[in-house]
Amino acid sequence: MTAILDSSALLPGFADPVLGSQSVFRAVLDAMSRPGRPVACPDPLAAPAPLGRAMAAAALTLVDFDTPVWLDPALATPAVQSFLRFHTGAPLVADPAAAAFLLVADPAALPRLGGLALGEDRYPDRSATLVVEVPALDGPEAGRFTGPGIATAEPARIAGLPGWFREAWAANGAAYPLGVDLLLTCGGRMLGLPRTTRWEG
Amino acid sequence: MTKETEQRRNWMAVLAKSDPATLQRLWSDLGDRAGFTTLRPAETGMVMVRGRAGGDGMAFALGEMTVTRCTVRLDGSEVLGFAYVAGRDRRHAEIAARADALLQTDRRDAVETALIAPLRVAQAEARETARRKAAATRVDFFTMVRGENPR
Repeated sequence: MTAILDSSALLPGFADPVLGSQSVFRAVLDAMSRPGRPVACPDPLAAPAPLGRAMAAAALTLVDFDTPVWLDPALATPAVQSFLRFHTGAPLVADPAAAAFLLVADPAALPRLGGLALGEDRYPDRSATLVVEVPALDGPEAGRFTGPGIATAEPARIAGLPGWFREAWAANGAAYPLGVDLLLTCGGRMLGLPRTTRWEG
Repeated sequence: MTKETEQRRNWMAVLAKSDPATLQRLWSDLGDRAGFTTLRPAETGMVMVRGRAGGDGMAFALGEMTVTRCTVRLDGSEVLGFAYVAGRDRRHAEIAARADALLQTDRRDAVETALIAPLRVAQAEARETARRKAAATRVDFFTMVRGENPR
């Protein structure tokens, strides 16, 4: 037991697991249905660094023993692995393509979107969801988001994504109905970027 | 299996099988003022109980049972206490988890004397009573020698 569980850093999860995960699920739903608009995470969790507070809450809400999780090199610490194993029971995988959820604390280490699980034509829902911690969700404006869930346009103020991302995101959108979805987190806030959202300008 | 694992398994079994009211009374009598952080609040779920006929038969699913589990950490230490108890008594699981944590520290002897030993005695007595009750109803079947048919 001690070999796989780093007990020194183990932190509590939601104070009330049912209400906590339900309210965070509702917030993730809001973020995904109003893409590009930051949403406050209602129950951010104190988590072992570098796992962000909203990211930890989203992980404990969405992940379970059925969903393989990939951690970027920054997150692959014994403390974070123990935290996720203990609270979710999720299998941690080394291959990004095999993961249903990918947690990324360092946007520079974002895996190439095309190499991830994009779903199948008959089951486009069997695709990966990335949860990415970015330095800011209200940085300088760089283009705008359009698409379902956005009335006209939503300003894009996301900082820290790698240079190749815009192009990869366009390719991800072109693969519709296949593709990956993104949940960007920054501290206690999150922002949804489903595969239908286009990043223009 | 190491001796520590076996001992821990033993006291966890005693705590899990104990009568919740007795456990609660003994725990408050013990009056340990240790602080705990609840890592996983007591939660109730189902586990599938599996059986195997005759020890070498095929494994089969006997049925589901309700289990409540809880995990705590003793404050100021790395000691984790776990408990899995049958039923839905959350308080039972909480106390069992706390006791499990204390039993892994230097307060072990005190907890062993005040908590585990009385529970172990009570459980042995209950087993003995059940055994005696069952033994009293035992029937030894035998066949009388049949007499000769009258001619």
